Amino acid sequence: MADDPYQLLGVPRTASEAELRTAYRKLAKQFHPDLNPGKPDAAERFKRINAAWDLLSDKDKRARFDRGEIDAEGNARAPEQPFYRDYAETQGGRRYQAEGMSPEELEAVLAQAFGRAARGRDRRGEDMHYTLTISFLDAVNGVTRRITLPDGRSLDVRIPPGTEDGHVLRLRGQGGPGAGKGAAGDARIEVAVAPHRFFRREGHDIVITLPVTLKEAVLGASVEVPTIGGPVRLTIPPGSGRGTRLRLRGRGVGGHGHQFVDLDVVIPPGTEPALAAFLRDWTPEQAADPRAGMLAEAEG
Amino acid sequence: MTLAEMLALLDGVAAEELTGWVARGWVRADEGTAGFEFLEIDLARARLVRDLRRRLDVPEPAMGLVLSLLDQVYALRAQLRAVLDQAPPRG
Repeated sequence: MADDPYQLLGVPRTASEAELRTAYRKLAKQFHPDLNPGKPDAAERFKRINAAWDLLSDKDKRARFDRGEIDAEGNARAPEQPFYRDYAETQGGRRYQAEGMSPEELEAVLAQAFGRAARGRDRRGEDMHYTLTISFLDAVNGVTRRITLPDGRSLDVRIPPGTEDGHVLRLRGQGGPGAGKGAAGDARIEVAVAPHRFFRREGHDIVITLPVTLKEAVLGASVEVPTIGGPVRLTIPPGSGRGTRLRLRGRGVGGHGHQFVDLDVVIPPGTEPALAAFLRDWTPEQAADPRAGMLAEAEG
Repeated sequence: MTLAEMLALLDGVAAEELTGWVARGWVRADEGTAGFEFLEIDLARARLVRDLRRRLDVPEPAMGLVLSLLDQVYALRAQLRAVLDQAPPRG
């Protein structure tokens, strides 16, 4: 309490009694601890303001202080007295507490202010994540698979036709249980599609590379080709070559796309003396150079 | 504690004044065999009433209103604290 009481009250040393009183009352209202339950330091401030007031409001003491006969601590105050607020929020405080809000009212206010989730009572369950690997044909044609969840439940998962790799199926309400009135979470199943030995997928289309013999390519043929719906007969026109792409209309995914067949001409293995002899004496009718312009372009 | 003990701890409050506060319901007291019996909180409450009247010059007719508002604030604070203590931490 070494502070100057005039400074504490914020008045000049020449302040009149009325000015002192006004200043004191204003500060006392501002810092009374019972009017400031949320400000712990208000009590200390209030005590010092009171001490200053007690000193200066007493004409005799004020005169002695002004003359320097006593200092601000010369009037060391009474022992610590608990304030009302120290009791007000304890169990015993019920003795004076007015009726607060009804529980329903309080609930409504809090729910509106913070949302139901903030109170932690009702919470949606967690989403559970799983990965399911299926074959290429199952993904294209659709399949139902039974999976067993970590908690022992088993679940039939219907994978719709045309499901692509990385697609996530959401099974509503099959995840973790919710708290309170919260809904259960979802099971989220990521579908991994294993690659197929022959088929590839390009959107709704299926692409396959089909090896054909030199004879089939030159003379044309009718051959059986695998499709996602079973073998289909395909006509190879005469004079086809490597890179020729043939189309099987409507044989794509879900009937939307097509199946494309890329030909790969296979030269017969081993020695073929008759073929070699024929080619040695053969003069093509259209002598096209497949490498025409290639050297020049490579340098440009 | 008795009325006399209260008065000894309440600097400058007269007996009639304190009983008047009790009569108005500003300070509570239990009826014991030997007259009023006060609790610790009643002493603090009486000091609050004294401060309001003497130091803050709250006029007598306004005292009921001031105390009622204070009591409502404390009741709400207690309720909010109870709710917050009960709610699990957010996260």
